[in-house]
Amino acid sequence: MTLGPEWALDWTRLTAQAMTEHRAELIELDRQIGDGDHGENMFRGFSAVVAKLDALAEPPTTVGDVLKLVATTLMSTVGGAAGPLYGTAYLRAAKVTMVDDLDGAGVVAMLEAGLEGIVVRGKANPGEKTMVDAWTPAVAAAVAAARDGATPTEVLTAAAGAAEQGAKDTKDLLATKGRASYLGERSIGHIDPGATSSALVIRAAAETAARVAG
Amino acid sequence: MSAPASVALVLVSHSRELARGAAELAAQMAPGVVILPAGGTPAGLGTSFDLIFESLVEATDGGRAAVVLTDLGSAVLTTEAVLDLADEDVVARVRLADAPFVEGAVAAAVAAYGGAGLEAVRAAAEGAGAVFAGAASAPRVAATDTGAVADTAGGAQRELTLRNPLGLHARPAAELARMVGGFDATVTINGVDAASVLELMKLGATGGQHLVVRADGPDSSAALDAVARAVEGGFGEA
Repeated sequence: MTLGPEWALDWTRLTAQAMTEHRAELIELDRQIGDGDHGENMFRGFSAVVAKLDALAEPPTTVGDVLKLVATTLMSTVGGAAGPLYGTAYLRAAKVTMVDDLDGAGVVAMLEAGLEGIVVRGKANPGEKTMVDAWTPAVAAAVAAARDGATPTEVLTAAAGAAEQGAKDTKDLLATKGRASYLGERSIGHIDPGATSSALVIRAAAETAARVAG
Repeated sequence: MSAPASVALVLVSHSRELARGAAELAAQMAPGVVILPAGGTPAGLGTSFDLIFESLVEATDGGRAAVVLTDLGSAVLTTEAVLDLADEDVVARVRLADAPFVEGAVAAAVAAYGGAGLEAVRAAAEGAGAVFAGAASAPRVAATDTGAVADTAGGAQRELTLRNPLGLHARPAAELARMVGGFDATVTINGVDAASVLELMKLGATGGQHLVVRADGPDSSAALDAVARAVEGGFGEA
């Protein structure tokens, strides 16, 4: 089985639903170590994405078409750092998904491109209590799964589990990038909101893959 | 009045009010320079991809170059994302300054007003942080009583006394910096570069203080005369 534009649409809508359901949680996480707007920003951004999907005249023909629309919409509608960070991640991911439906290796390439976009834009390294700390283990798990011949769904499921663990593990980290870095030592003991929303995005990808591809 | 500035400024902030306020402050010292505030989002605090994109397009209209100043982290990220997606001919004429928002905007605006090019305007913005960081320990040149004009090694020097009570605060400092920028001469006041509004403000010179003005270069005597007229006229405040 491979994952095509239909999956990408389902993934995007489920992500929007997850941002709605976790809006308050993300706001609270960000209030503890940031400016408290991450939940609101992600909710607003993905709501705008869904509105754009609803208004599409032609159905998208590739996964990349969907991801590019997500990228440009998030950049325009998410006010915080998450806008350019997610925007660049989706844009890079779109570039490698513009032709074929995704097999296991295609999913890995998409996730790798997403992580690369976040690193290029945010210049963060693993261990600095950012989105990178969810994406880095997710990509590593995806690479390992694909090497063993896993299906796209299995690759995404492995990535989602690793992203969730990575997000949890940000609790003990000291923030050295982003708004939380102003707090210094006081950032320790709180889970990073960007890593948390990243895990939600990747989990939504895995769940929808299981639905459409099994 | 110099020729229309070839470098515009775009001030990117999370806050609409902060961007507007900084633009207003900088514009006061640099009439005619295009200074575009790009602060906030339609939803409130934050940085807007669309607003920054539109501001950059407007700032670089008609072949102008533009220097962008930013406040907190995501202002930089959003600006970089815009530059990733903007047309190459626009991107080639835009520089992102790593500078303190307010001080950098003022310094860049005055440099642009004086006709500085793209890299020089960015350098003026980026140098603004160092100027203020050193302000607390800056040496103050002691006042002396020797007067009149003294020719020294091809240049000229003159001592003046500040007439207006507030001395070299922002507006007069900007007036002097703009003025000396128009002469083919290197002018210093109490040892600092008189073409730098921030260096002049850093002197903290108030009414009654003596200034040692030195000029070197072909226009040195004309520059000294102009500075003397402005100082002795109390910048219209005395």
